[in-house]
Order: sequence, then structure tokens, then C-alpha cells
Amino acid sequence: MPVSALELPEKPRMSPRSVLLWSTVSLLGAVAWGVLALSRGEKISAVWLVVAALGSYAIAYRFYSRFIVRRVLKPDDRRATPAERLEDGVDFHPTDRRVLLGHHFAAIAGAGPLVGPVLAAQMGYLPGTLWIVAGVIFAGAVQDMVVLFLSMRRDGKSLGQMARDEIGRLGGAAALIAVFAIMIILLGVLALVVVNALAHSPWGTFSVAMTIPIALFMGFWLHRIRPGRVVETSFIGVALLLLAIIGGSWVQDSSLASAFTLSPTTLVFCLIGYGFVASVLPVWMLLAPRDYLSTFMKVGTIALLAVGVVVAAPVLHADAVSKFASSGAGPVFAGSLFPFLFITIACGALSGFHALVSSGTTPKLIQKESQVRMIGYGAMLMESFVAIMALIAAASLEPGLYYAMNAPAGLLGTTAQSASHAVAGLGFTITPDQLTHAARAVQEQTLIARSGGAPTLAVGMSEIFSGIFGGTAMKAFWYHFAIMFEALFILTTVDAGTRVGRFMLQDMFGNVWKPVGRVNWKPGIWLCSGLVVAAWGYFLYSGATDPLGGINQLFPLFGIANQLLAAIALAVCTTVLVKSGRLRWAWVTGIPLAWVTAVTFTAGWQKIFSGDARVGFFAQRAKYADALDAGQVLPPAKSLDDMHTVVTNSTVDGVLIALFLLLVAVVLVNAAVVCARAVGSPAALPTTEAPYVESRIDATPELVEVGP
Amino acid sequence: MRTWARAVRWYLRELTGETEYDRYCERQARHHPRAPLPTRREYQVLRTLHRETHPQGRCC
Repeated sequence: MPVSALELPEKPRMSPRSVLLWSTVSLLGAVAWGVLALSRGEKISAVWLVVAALGSYAIAYRFYSRFIVRRVLKPDDRRATPAERLEDGVDFHPTDRRVLLGHHFAAIAGAGPLVGPVLAAQMGYLPGTLWIVAGVIFAGAVQDMVVLFLSMRRDGKSLGQMARDEIGRLGGAAALIAVFAIMIILLGVLALVVVNALAHSPWGTFSVAMTIPIALFMGFWLHRIRPGRVVETSFIGVALLLLAIIGGSWVQDSSLASAFTLSPTTLVFCLIGYGFVASVLPVWMLLAPRDYLSTFMKVGTIALLAVGVVVAAPVLHADAVSKFASSGAGPVFAGSLFPFLFITIACGALSGFHALVSSGTTPKLIQKESQVRMIGYGAMLMESFVAIMALIAAASLEPGLYYAMNAPAGLLGTTAQSASHAVAGLGFTITPDQLTHAARAVQEQTLIARSGGAPTLAVGMSEIFSGIFGGTAMKAFWYHFAIMFEALFILTTVDAGTRVGRFMLQDMFGNVWKPVGRVNWKPGIWLCSGLVVAAWGYFLYSGATDPLGGINQLFPLFGIANQLLAAIALAVCTTVLVKSGRLRWAWVTGIPLAWVTAVTFTAGWQKIFSGDARVGFFAQRAKYADALDAGQVLPPAKSLDDMHTVVTNSTVDGVLIALFLLLVAVVLVNAAVVCARAVGSPAALPTTEAPYVESRIDATPELVEVGP
Repeated sequence: MRTWARAVRWYLRELTGETEYDRYCERQARHHPRAPLPTRREYQVLRTLHRETHPQGRCC
């Protein structure tokens, strides 16, 4: 990072006090990284991870984000933001930056930063930590902030519109299709995480099911009884939710238990039905109250987790770098560290999906241009910290338990003996007794092959929380609390995503046949909702029934899709920087773009062309198709039907990855052409920025600004 | 302590959009002083209607 660029001549030098402060922060961070790097063999405390991450975030926020703002983006607080110019009291209104930070954080953070790091813990805690911290500082937070700034300068245009305006019609159309397809995969995989967390778990299923009547009740209260009293309604909702978790324990031991013990396939159909109903019901009934509930739980639990990690200071039991990092033969997801670690941890380091949020609601609410730093960069640093905590929760488990929970069912079998044996085969130890004991401690029937990240995180969280609040007696409560809150986030994302997808489809079809585009024409709504739900439902179903393990197969697809969206967003950012005569600074988004392109295209290439059947989809297809022709059944498939399923799924997944890569390649090539044209032209190309209007709001001084 | 409680209440009300109605009334009074103000209930209907047609994505 070019530190020299920070020394602007007109600014006073740093005061001795801030030099001292920042030297201390740097020293602390450096010592923590040193401990992480040098400790081999002995177990270290998670506190070092926390200190290393927080120290790095502080320095990055203070220096790097400031450098980008001052040198590259050059926000102007005398210029009126869209919130001020277009103020309508509804979509556009200048919002207090602390409130907007909360809004933005609630919109970007969810289950993603909790799930990815847990899966990536199979490579050890060190590679994951390095990527989360470095990725967020140089790529993820930069992307969020720059997209937010560009969209704000364009009256809150969406990423798709910006791609069309700045790159061209072809690139814009490809970006739009990519956004839609990527969203479908995302919803399918997230829903799969819920299915894997709730399968055969009456307690979890009951408490998650209860969120529906609770949300309906809240909606009724908010709409009919006490209109608009959101805060009190949310408190009532949270209280009811806690009761539902406690009630789950009672249901589990009652005769109702069998009604809530559902197989993965049944859960899949429940979720599909729920998704459809939720997206056609009026928002006030289900979606809006669920959103409030989810926001309250999110902020509360994440704060609690931060306190828990610092106070309990768990010891990291996982290896710093596991053998699967280099061998690529990991049971949770196949493939070597590069590129697969970088697609498994998306949210928390770099997440393309954030670009959709940063170019949607948030830019229309910003009061002053310079606040993009706190809201764009700051919120992403916060999300990154959530990812670090999830990684700590996973790495603090005994590796034997971790693999018994996360390897695919086909490998582990169904009994404690078979799982223990399989884990020993991977090179770790857990006795059948320990495994049954761990399951009993959290009152689950089994913890074997509970892949998807949520149950692992929940066990880790229950260890951390029960160490502080309530002891072992509360372990089962905390476990189900964690399951419930993850499921709540994911279902909120599924509701909202289905609705967004429905509008995108209605918009697209509306060009062909007008009535479908009308937002209040019921058959059009039903048709488009049905199509969206069917699309993600297909992936959910194929994931839940995949003999090779749905997470193992689909998570790479999800990661690649999310990072490809980041590539599109960063391509838009870089193009705008080049077009507006800032070629000199284009590396700020150009380097992350090059990195994410390298990662996704390598991963995609390997997923398509690798000869290793565990990695390459088509190699896998060939292996199973050949066996099928010979009439053989290859484990972990158990029947010829299973064999057919594997062949179909690997074909679909392989073709889909190829399609994604193609779409993104179109966007990138188109962007490169535009950039080359811009570099060659003597004057700056026309801009699509909204014209300058003088602001009439007083600039609020940066309260959190530290230093000069 | 009192100031803290007030700050938390302010933050929650702002974050959840509970203050939207007050802001709307204030804005109406400023721009269209003669127009009748909606009740909280009516405003709630307007607001959900708006949300119905402006879906917001949530990230993962």
C-alpha cells in the first residue's frame, strides 16, 4: 500500500498522540500475527486471532480506506447526495450515518459469513484467517465502498443498470442474466444448509416452524392492532422466539416429536411450499415482520458471540494448516487451497452479492458523500469479523468431531462406529462414545454427517456460550438457539430473494408480453414466483438427495457464482475509474478484479476439465456413466437410481459452471474493450454521473475520525 | 443512564423505520401544509404497499 501517498501537503502531519496510538495498534496486530505464524504443534488461544484481525481492520480503515477515499474516489461533501436532491420521504431521504450503517450491515450480513469459514476450516484456521482479513481489506470492503460510491453518484442505480450504461448493452445483458442465475444457486444452497440443519431434529424443526406463526402474529399486530410500532413488536417477537426454542425441548420429549421429525426430502418440499407462499403473500403478513425479527436477532447474537469469543477465549484445536490444504483430498469439499479456499469463503472476505445491496437501497439514503467510507468499508469490516468468529467456533472443536459432522454421509455411514472408523481413515480420532456423547449434550439424535456448516457452528457456539452462560445444562439450548437464528437469516434471504427474482422475471417477461410485467396482475405474480421457486427448488432437491453429498457438490458452485458476481462488480468499478480519467488509480479495483478472475476461472476450469473425479464434474460424470453402462454401483451410491442421480447432477452442475464463466467472460471482454477505448481517447469519455448540485445540509463532522 | 436509554431507543426507532411516520407528517406539513395528514394506520398501509412493489434483496 503506498503509504507515501497519504502525506498530502496541505494536511498537518500526524500528532504525536496518534503516532503513538497507531504504533501500538500496529505492534499489537503484528505480535498477534507473529504468534499465529510461529506457533506450530502447540494449541493457541483464539484471542490471538481476534487481536490480529481487529488490529488489521483498524489499520486498514484508518489508512487504506482513507487513501482510497482521498485519492481515488474524492467525495465532495458540498455536493448534494441523491438523498438530499431527490428527497421524497420514502426511497430517498438523508439518513443518520450510524443508522444507515446498521441498515447496511443488516442487509449484507447473514448466514454466508457463518457458513463458508466453517467449511473452510478443513484446510486449517490459518489460510482461512489470512484470506478473510486480507481479502476484506484489499478486495471485499473496497468493492462494497466503490460500488456504493458509484451508485450514489448515479442516483442509486443498480449494478445491472450501471453495467449497461458503463460497459455496453451486451455486457449489461450478460450481467443481468448472471445476476439472476447466481441468485438462484445462492438460494438453493442456502436452503440446503437449513435442510441439513433440521433433518431428523424435532427440536430444531419445531422452533424454526414456530417462526412462521410468530411472524404472522407480529404482522397482524403491526398492521392492525398497533400500526407502525415496530420496536415493541420486535421485542414481543424476540421473546416469543426464545419461548419457541425452550418449547422445542418440550416438544422433543412429547408425543408430538414424530410430527416434527422430518426427512431431508420432506423438508425440501416444506421449504419449496413455504418459499412460494411467502413470495405471493402480502409483505406485511410474513416478510416484513420476519425481516425485523431477523435484524434484531442478527445484531443481538453477533454482539453476544463477540463477547463470548473474547471472554471464553477458546483454544483452537484444529491444525493451523491441515494436510488437506495441499492434497486437495478434503472430505468437506474437494480441491486444493488455491483456488478452492477462496471460493468457499466468499461472504466475509469478498462477496459479489454485496454489490447488489450497495447499489440498491443504501446509496439513496446517504447524507454526505464522504460517509461511503464508514458505511461501505466499515460495514464490510464488521461482516468480516463475523466470519472470523465463525472460523474460531469451528476451529475450537476437536478435529475428529469436526470431520464426523462435515464429511459426506456416504463416507461416514450412519452409526457412531462407522463414523468413528471413517474419521480414523481420514487421520483423526473420535471414539463412538465421544460421538454419541457430543450428540446427547446438545440433545440431537445424531451429529454424524450434518454438513452445511450450521450444525458445526452451532456446536462450536454452544461450547463457547455454555462456558459463560449457564454451563453444560444450557448447551442444548444454545445449540438450538444457534440453529434457529441461522435458519431465520436464511429463510429471510430466501423470502426476499424469491421476491427479487420474481420482479426480475416479471421485468424480463414484461418486455415480451406486457401483462406479466404488471406488478399487480395475480397470474403473472404466481407464474413468476412459481418459476423462481421451482428453479432454486430444483437445486435444493438435487442437493438434498445427492449421494455424493449436496454441500460437497453444490457449495463450489455457490462460491464460484458469488465470486463471479464480484468479478462483474469490480469490472464495472474499474471501467468507471478508467473512463473518468483515473487510470493511475485503477489498480485499486483492478488488482482485486485480476485476483478474483484468476480464482474463479481456475476453479471453474478445474470443475469442468479436471480429470480427478472428486473435483471435475465431467470426469465424475464419465466415471459414473461408465460404471452404469457396466451395470456396476460405485460407492457411495447405493443403487442404480443413485448412479443416475449422480450422472444427472454432475452434468447439470458442469454445464452451469461453463455457462457462468461464459457470461462473465463476455462482461470482462466487453469491459476491457471499453477501457482500451477510454485509454486511447484524448479526452475523458462521457460520464453518467448525475450533475453537481450544491448541498444545503451542514456537513456532520466525522465523529469516529481518529488522528489528523 | 437516562441519556443512554434514550440513545438506544432513538437508534432502534430509527433503524426499524418506526420514525418514518413522524418524518412523513413533518414533510407533508412543510411541502403541502393544507393536505390532510394520514393516520398512523393509513400510513402503515401506504408503507406496506410501497414495500410490496420495491423488494429489497438480503445478502447471504
